[in-house]
Amino acid sequence: MAMSFEWPWQYRFPPFFTLQPNVDTRQKQLAAWCSLVLSFCRLHKQSSMTVMEAQESPLFNNVKLQRSKGHLFLLPDSSLKYLWRKAEGRQQTEGKLPVESIQIVLEELRKKGNLEWLDKSKSSFLIMWRRPEEWGKLIYQWVSRSGQNNSVFTLYELTNGEDTEDEEFHGLDEATLLRALQALQQEHKAEIITVSDGRGVKFF
Amino acid sequence: MDRFVWTSGLLEINETLVIQQRGVRIYDGEEKIKFDAGTLLLSTHRLIWRDQKNHECCMAILLSQIVFIEEQAAGIGKSAKIVVHLHPAPPNKEPGPFQSSKNSYIKLSFKEHGQIEFYRRLSEEMTQRRWENMPVSQSLQTNRGPQPGRIRAVGIVGIERKLEEKRKETDKNISEAFEDLSKLMIKAKEMVELSKSIANKIKDKQGDITEDETIRFKSYLLSMGIANPVTRETYGSGTQYHMQLAKQLAGILQVPLEERGGIMSLTEVYCLVNRARGMEPLVATLLLSTSMRSTFLRFYMLRVFDSGVMVIELQSHKEEEMVASALETVSEKGSLTSEEFAKLVGMSVLLAKERLLLAEKMGHLCRDDSVEGLRFYPNLFMTQS
Repeated sequence: MAMSFEWPWQYRFPPFFTLQPNVDTRQKQLAAWCSLVLSFCRLHKQSSMTVMEAQESPLFNNVKLQRSKGHLFLLPDSSLKYLWRKAEGRQQTEGKLPVESIQIVLEELRKKGNLEWLDKSKSSFLIMWRRPEEWGKLIYQWVSRSGQNNSVFTLYELTNGEDTEDEEFHGLDEATLLRALQALQQEHKAEIITVSDGRGVKFF
Repeated sequence: MDRFVWTSGLLEINETLVIQQRGVRIYDGEEKIKFDAGTLLLSTHRLIWRDQKNHECCMAILLSQIVFIEEQAAGIGKSAKIVVHLHPAPPNKEPGPFQSSKNSYIKLSFKEHGQIEFYRRLSEEMTQRRWENMPVSQSLQTNRGPQPGRIRAVGIVGIERKLEEKRKETDKNISEAFEDLSKLMIKAKEMVELSKSIANKIKDKQGDITEDETIRFKSYLLSMGIANPVTRETYGSGTQYHMQLAKQLAGILQVPLEERGGIMSLTEVYCLVNRARGMEPLVATLLLSTSMRSTFLRFYMLRVFDSGVMVIELQSHKEEEMVASALETVSEKGSLTSEEFAKLVGMSVLLAKERLLLAEKMGHLCRDDSVEGLRFYPNLFMTQS
């Protein structure tokens, strides 16, 4: 696991792993979960996942969650710290978001446009930290900026070509790229075509 | 080993058993001694060892004599041990198995395991030092054999007193019952007069029965509890009996409610009322309907929580404000379960849970539901951006 990933304060807050019954609280909780999933997947360059993987991942399992009674301190750097009473044994138990709640988080992401189910049985999904429309916009902006409207590109060129090395969409996975281009296609800004050894796209 | 004193092994009042473990051997320092198989008991005040074969052989040390403890892990052919370092024995110590010893520590060997848990509990007791808050009698250290001639006089006198009180209560109840009866007699007299007068009028065909007389007659019927379809509608708040009951209930509850912080569950009220009424228990359904009457609700509030729990509250009681103080208490402690909160605040666990749930409903608290139970935390989701 990438050491540089910074877990948000909620990750160390035990209630984060219980779906909150209060509707307003739940809204905030789910928003935090969505944000965490997207930033986690972004950093780990993970564009797709199965539900089983998700259940086992540290994303939904904080094995070091501390539950013992202690005082809660919010430090100036916004990190959450517990102060333990030394005599008491620490109760170190897992913080594990139950699978039903994981499903709810995934559904939230789907509603927001950041997730797409890859199969009917909903066992694996595509996760896009930027929505396809947003990617589409970025790609189109680059195309226009570099005066390449009416050009044709292979998918590979777009994401792995030298010309796009400085662009955010460089290295983007194919599934997400396709959906970004489909979004542009809807707006009549592009057309996905077949080229010699695969697929390409023409921009207008 | 010279710190131990003989004891009967019986626990004192205020002394509670924490944990016990069979199969424990005692070492004096590093030396094996004859106490090789016993049950070790940890109480809030002492460490007691009783020989498994000879129960008469029983000794103890005070926890206050322990300086510190160490764990010694098990090895090949060796059981896990706890090493207990002790303060020197006081000069006036009661007799024990050893008059003197060159060692200032003993070892407890757990031949049937249990060392880990025992060590944990002993550490806890050493930290909490509960013996300091719960004094026990001086006789703790003495060998208390059976004490002849100790009359349980308190008991008999107590029973006699209870019988006397019960008799007085019964007397009171009977007089009250007769009070109602004497009132009834007065009413009955009036009714008899009225019916005599009506009967005479019919007999003598002397004029009409006046409207006033009709009304009076109907109201007598009503006060006797006889249902009259015509007047039930106009007498919406129920019969006299129910009103009296509501007033009685209101009277009984005032002080207890104040004593309990202004809120009581309906089941607590049921128990309280029936104890007070003695001979005439109030069934639950009647209690419920009485507490819903406007006569009663003039003095108190009846509230139903989402969970279905019903409570009676003083008019002045503001549960929503109590929620604010609950939030403070939870914040101070980091997080609390209903039981912990109840203990801190001095409430019943049922009402404590309702208060925490209300606080959660109002968005002040959030929950952590795990295998360890339900804990409430300050709702940082809302307060932290």
